[in-house]
Amino acid sequence: MKKKRTQQVVISVVRWRFALVIALLAAALCVLVLHLAGLQVVPGEDKGFEFLQSQGNARTLRTQSLSANRGVITDRNGEPLAVSTPVISLWANPAELKADTPAVAPLAKSLGISQKNLQAKLNRYANKEFVYLKRHMAPQEAEQILSHGWSGVYGRTEYQRFYPAGETAAHVVGFTNIDDSGQEGLELAFDDWLSGRPGSKRVLKDLKGRIVKDVGLLQAPEAGKDLRLSLDLRIQYLAYRELKEAVIQHGAKGGSIVLLDVRTGEILAMANQPAYNPNERSRLNVASLRNRAIIDQFEPGSTMKPLTVMAALETGRYSPRTLINTSPGHIRVGKKTLRDPKNYGLIDLTKVITKSSQVGVTKIALDIEPNLIRDMYERVGLGQSTGVGFPGENVGVLPNRSRWTDIQRANFAFGHGVSLTALQLAQAYAVIASQGEKRDVSLLYRNDVPEGERVIDRDISQKMIAMLKTVVSPEGTAKRAQMDSYSAAGKTGTIHKIGAGGYASDRYQAVFAGMAPAENPRIVGVVVVDEPTSGQYFGGLVAAPVFSAVAEGALRLMHVTPTIISSSKGGPLS
Amino acid sequence: MSRAGDFKRRMPEASSHLRRPVSLSQRLHMDLPLLLGLFLVTAYGLFVLYSASGQDWHYVKRQAIFFCIAYGAMFVAAQIRLNTYRYWAPWFYAMGVGLLVLVIFFGVGAKGAQRWLSLGGFRFQPAEVLKLAMPLMVAAYLSQRILPPNFKHVFVTLVLVSIPTLLIMKQPDLGTSILVATSGLLALFFAGLRWRYIFGAVGLLLASVWPIWNFVLHTYQQQRILTLFNPEADKLGSGWNIIQSKTAIGSGGLEGKGWLNGTQSQLNFLPESHTDFIIAVLAEEHGLLGVLYLFAIYALIIGRGLWLAFNAQDTFGRLLAGSIVFTFFIYVFVNVGMVSGLLPVVGVPLPLVSHGGTSIVTLMAGFGIVMAIGTKKK
Repeated sequence: MKKKRTQQVVISVVRWRFALVIALLAAALCVLVLHLAGLQVVPGEDKGFEFLQSQGNARTLRTQSLSANRGVITDRNGEPLAVSTPVISLWANPAELKADTPAVAPLAKSLGISQKNLQAKLNRYANKEFVYLKRHMAPQEAEQILSHGWSGVYGRTEYQRFYPAGETAAHVVGFTNIDDSGQEGLELAFDDWLSGRPGSKRVLKDLKGRIVKDVGLLQAPEAGKDLRLSLDLRIQYLAYRELKEAVIQHGAKGGSIVLLDVRTGEILAMANQPAYNPNERSRLNVASLRNRAIIDQFEPGSTMKPLTVMAALETGRYSPRTLINTSPGHIRVGKKTLRDPKNYGLIDLTKVITKSSQVGVTKIALDIEPNLIRDMYERVGLGQSTGVGFPGENVGVLPNRSRWTDIQRANFAFGHGVSLTALQLAQAYAVIASQGEKRDVSLLYRNDVPEGERVIDRDISQKMIAMLKTVVSPEGTAKRAQMDSYSAAGKTGTIHKIGAGGYASDRYQAVFAGMAPAENPRIVGVVVVDEPTSGQYFGGLVAAPVFSAVAEGALRLMHVTPTIISSSKGGPLS
Repeated sequence: MSRAGDFKRRMPEASSHLRRPVSLSQRLHMDLPLLLGLFLVTAYGLFVLYSASGQDWHYVKRQAIFFCIAYGAMFVAAQIRLNTYRYWAPWFYAMGVGLLVLVIFFGVGAKGAQRWLSLGGFRFQPAEVLKLAMPLMVAAYLSQRILPPNFKHVFVTLVLVSIPTLLIMKQPDLGTSILVATSGLLALFFAGLRWRYIFGAVGLLLASVWPIWNFVLHTYQQQRILTLFNPEADKLGSGWNIIQSKTAIGSGGLEGKGWLNGTQSQLNFLPESHTDFIIAVLAEEHGLLGVLYLFAIYALIIGRGLWLAFNAQDTFGRLLAGSIVFTFFIYVFVNVGMVSGLLPVVGVPLPLVSHGGTSIVTLMAGFGIVMAIGTKKK
């Protein structure tokens, strides 16, 4: 009886305790659920699920950039001058690809480097997640290595720049570095325009930094825009070839040639020596990188005489027929004696240009106000930018004086004491050739021809062209500038280079600046040959023939009607 | 009562074979609701494990094999008579303690703990044996005494509990020792332990916090507890696990990122993702709803288990079943609590979901015992 009662008490105790236990269980479960809900569904800036989600994303989501295709650079006719081809750069994640991984040996072999070097590289970047193995591989080659599936080895598509025109247009086009950003020339000047915008994609990375999967494209890469240059590759090639030949033939240190379209101000050709091959830059001579035609300044010498004469014509006191006595073939100015090669006697103004008479020009310079000459120089663009927008463009030196000594006036009149670039000289001659209108020059193709600014009277320009035409005649200083099919006009210059302590007696620059056809000039060309050493150094002998060859070819390519009906070359009429 | 009784009485003597037939499940000693709950949780567990193991079929297959063994163990355990359990309980307990002693001398270890015995290439944890042996022993001991237990019986019980507990703690394996001690103490509680003892024990416990902290706990255990309260203090060291798992749980949100789509778990940020921290994978990929679904199945298992315990035929069965089922709940609570940053990290797997052999087999064998209690008379 007592036992039974105890049993009942126990049962009730147990029942009561079970209830308590169940209540406890339920309470504990509630605590758990509430806690989890607090983590999972209660938003919160610093501890709720929004925070935790962002924390999770911060661990795994990475943004990767996608290379954008760089714009193509073409000449005016669409011939490619710089194109991008897809290549693959191999890289490794040293967190995955350890130096002691067995895959290192075959990998080094297929990369063509020693295993030791590769291991050293991996050890050096052991605590990083990215190191390049080899850049810019041919896609096939890279795919072959990637196909082994070695963990931690990845490929990434990049673009490599290729320059089909090679040396020919290297100075104008420039080049990019391995990261596809412009370093020189127009590649540098128009880097933003060409490079476009790299895209980006999101990827998931795991604890070791392995890319696990692409989550999606954030922004498609935006290909760079194309650039159409004013160059005509055919003319460019011709100019390059003729210049190079002249430089070699005369043992010169270097040279430049610029060819301008008179009507538009476009640069049709621009080449320099020495040049370089932008596709093979492992052994690059820094001196050969310079686009000398825009960057190097030189004293223009006699090529300035036409400007001085135009300043004289503008005074109204001179005409092409005005007679000037150059006897006895030398003139003393201050302490210096200026000489002509021989005594030309009493000659008219045209003849002064034809013969490039030092004495004649000096007499004119001492006769007119010196600032008129300076003003003329300034109007045709000396001392100012040509507007070409090329990196490193030089504007030259155009001194401004309030007092001029006689020798300064004389020197200034024949182009000493000023300096300019080949492009500036071409622009100045383009003003004469376009009968007094000045335009900015351009390396880019022009759809619309900008309105020229009239800086010289049309009549005076025409007179000057006629005078310059005599320079290219058999009795002028530049008879070698004559062409078979077109008439030409121009002016030679032979300049003593400036060395240590004044003008060097044995180092010259041979210059020719000309235009053709003389009746209605379409092109202006400037040729500069630096330090010819093989005996000949006169502009008329060294630079003028280059002009004639290039201008002749260029005019033909431009379909300009020949102005000379040749009868001397064995035609049926001869 | 009376109408059915009348009806029965009117039945002819010879037709006793027409009595209500014993169902197949009853004859096999299977409890269908409990079995359903176990099926659901093991299936869901395999599903989550595939993702948590980094989609490695190897783990899933191994786990499936363990489940087969475990269901076998459960079936066998359900056939054994309660008196047999009661009779063998002390021997089973003694064997378990003996194995624990062997571990001290011959055990093999991992990560600074010596927990396994290696028998011809097969490794197992003797501590797992105690998860069953402990409630069996305490239930067997107390059920033969007058209840509620007097001081002497309580003292003996505490000795029985503390011997294996201390041996396991020595290995060291804090998580398992807590579970083993809990299973014994719960049996004592269900036996009607007087409240004065309970309050006395709680008071003693509180008083001993300081000495335990300073003299009993290992530095790494102290570290875990400190980390719990401020995981940010040691982000790359002991705080790493909790920060990663909380991040995983939180980024799951309500609906989760979808199966196999959890970034924390799939990309190796979450440590021990297929064992102790598997709930974080589930929470990240299936969200709070997935967690609630799992909790619902657990609730079904625990509820049904407690119902069977409550309706047990005798005190032994009641104490035993109650202890086993409640220990199962402690498992869940401690695991989820530690992974979500509510409790210190003590190395307790999520029952029937975490990858790991021995724990699954002992758990299922335990449910086999519960079914034996629920489906059969003495």
